[in-house]
Amino acid sequence: MSLFVSIKQELAQFTLDAQFQAPKGATVLFGASGSGKTTLINAVAGLSRGSVGRVAVDGWVLQDSAAGVWLAPHKRRLGYVFQEGRLFPHLSVRQNLLYGQWFARKRSGAGELGKVVEMLGIGPLLERRPGALSGGEKQRVAIGRALLARPRLILADEPLAALDEARKAEIMPYFERLRDESEVPILYVSHSMGEVARLATTVVALENGRVSRAGPAAEVLGDPGFTPAGVRAVGAVLDARVVQHHADGLSELEAGGIPLFLPRIPQELGKVMRVRIAAHDVILSREEPRGLSALNVLPGEIDAVRAGDGPGAIVSVRTAAGPVLARVTRRSAAALGLVPGVRCFAVVKTVSIAPEDVGGR
Amino acid sequence: MTGWLGPEEWSAVALSLKVALWATLGALGPGIFVAYALARWSFPGKQIVNGLVHLPLILPPVATGYLLLIGFGTQGVFGSFLKELGIVFAFRWTGAALAAAVMAFPLLVRAVRLSIEAVDPRLEQAASTLGAPRGWVFLTVTMPLILPGILAGAVLAFAKAMGEFGATITFVSNIPGQTRTLPSAIYSFLQVPGGETAAMRLVLVSVFVAMGALLLSEFIGRYLARRVAGG
Repeated sequence: MSLFVSIKQELAQFTLDAQFQAPKGATVLFGASGSGKTTLINAVAGLSRGSVGRVAVDGWVLQDSAAGVWLAPHKRRLGYVFQEGRLFPHLSVRQNLLYGQWFARKRSGAGELGKVVEMLGIGPLLERRPGALSGGEKQRVAIGRALLARPRLILADEPLAALDEARKAEIMPYFERLRDESEVPILYVSHSMGEVARLATTVVALENGRVSRAGPAAEVLGDPGFTPAGVRAVGAVLDARVVQHHADGLSELEAGGIPLFLPRIPQELGKVMRVRIAAHDVILSREEPRGLSALNVLPGEIDAVRAGDGPGAIVSVRTAAGPVLARVTRRSAAALGLVPGVRCFAVVKTVSIAPEDVGGR
Repeated sequence: MTGWLGPEEWSAVALSLKVALWATLGALGPGIFVAYALARWSFPGKQIVNGLVHLPLILPPVATGYLLLIGFGTQGVFGSFLKELGIVFAFRWTGAALAAAVMAFPLLVRAVRLSIEAVDPRLEQAASTLGAPRGWVFLTVTMPLILPGILAGAVLAFAKAMGEFGATITFVSNIPGQTRTLPSAIYSFLQVPGGETAAMRLVLVSVFVAMGALLLSEFIGRYLARRVAGG
C-alpha cells in the first residue's frame, strides 16, 4: 500500500475519524461539502494541527501520534494543488514554478522545468504574473509548481471546482497523465461523481467525518448501493480499448470482447480509455434487441437489484466488459422479472456518452 | 542651500534629517516584528503589548520624554547599564533619535500590521507545502507583499520623527549643534526678537521635506502595488 491515512480530529460539528489505505495511483476523497474532506487532506498536509493518528507515504511516516512524530508541512515533500491556485502574486509564473526548487533537497536541472512547462503548455506564460492569467492557466501553473517541488505525495483539493466546464475538460487530462505516468501517489478531493469516475484508482467516500466506503474505483462505482451523490449521479466505469475510428464520426472501442461505439474521441488506436456510463442512460431488455437505433448492446447477467424509496431501482448487470449499472423503474423491474441471476441485455445510446465521460486511464 | 539658511539653521535641519533617518531605521526591524506578532500570533498579554506600543501616541509627549529620561538618562535603569557599554543617550543626538523612534513606533506598527493582516495566510500555507521553512516564507512571500505597507509606515515614522518636539526637548534638552532639532530651533527662534524670518525659513524647509517624503512614498507605493497586481 502506498498511502496510509488514519486521522482523528475533533471539529465543531462532528468528529473526523477516517482510516483508509490505497495503492499507487489516484485516491479520490469523495463526499458532500462539510463531510470533512478538506480537513482530512489538510491534516495529511500538516496544515491543521490538532489531529491525532498516523499518515505514511510509501512507508515514510509523516505523522505518528503514538510515536510522537509530526513533520511540519515544509518537511513533508508535498505538491499541493489548491482550489484557488494560490499562486504568489508578486512572482512571475517562472518564479512561481521554481519556488519549490529552492527548497527541494535534490535540485533538478532546467530540463525538468522544460518538460513540465511543455506538458502543461504554459511556455508563453512564463514571464507573466499570476494576476494576468485566466482561471485555467492559473491551475495549470499551480499543477506545474506542485510537480516541480519534487513531491513524494501530490495533494489536490477540488482543483477544478472554481473552473467552468470547458476549463475543467482542459485540466482533467493533466491529472490523468500524472496518475498514469508518475510513481507519486495522488490524493484528490472532489464532490463530483464525474471526476471520481474519470480519475479514481481508489475511491474513499466520506460521510460526516467517517469513511462510508473505500475500495477500487470499478468495484465501488459498480455497486448499485453506492449513491452518495444521489441516484442521478450513479454510473459504472468500463475500461475500453480504442480499435477503430469510423468515417461516419464514430470511434469503436472494445471492452471484454464487446464492441462499444462512441462519438469520435481524439485518441490513438490501442489506447485504453475509461468510459463512464450513467445508470439513467441504460435500458434493459430481456431479449436481444432488434430494430433498435442504439448501437451498444452488452449481454450479461443481473448481479443485484437495489430499490430505493422512490419509483426507481438500480440494477447491476455483470457483463464481459465489467459491471454496468442501469436505473429503471420498480414497475419495469417487476414487469420484466429483473432479479439476480436473470440474463439480460444492457442497451446504451452512443450519443448519450459525452466527451467528458471518456478519460484516459 | 547653506547660503539661504544661516549656519545655525542649517545645523538644525541636518541634525533633524540625521535623527529622523536613524530613528526610522532603528524602529523598522522591531516595528515589523511587533506588527507581525500582533497580526498573526496569539499569546498571553497581547493586549498589554498592544497598549504599550500605542502609549506614546496618547500620552503627553512631555510625559514620554520624562519616562525616557528616567529610563535612559545617565542615572537611569537602562541608561547606567548602557553607559558601561559605551552607549549614551542623555543630551546627545542619539537620545533625540531614541525619543523620535519611540514616538514614531506606534505609527509604523499600525501601518505594517494593517498590511500584514491584508496578506492571505493561505499563500503562506502554500509556500510551506512547497518546502519553505517559516523564516523563508516570511522573507519570500509575506515581506514582498507587505512592502507597500512597510514603506508607508516608514514615511509616516520619518515625518513624525522630523517633527517630534515634546519628548525630545524633555529628554535631551535643546543644545545647539547637539540636540537642537528643527522643531526645537523654530521654537528657539520664536523666543528671541527678530527670529521670525529664520523660523519661517525652517517652517518652509519642514513643508518641503514632508511633501517630498509623501510624494516619494506615493510613487514607490504605486510602483510596488502595480508589480504585485501583475500585468
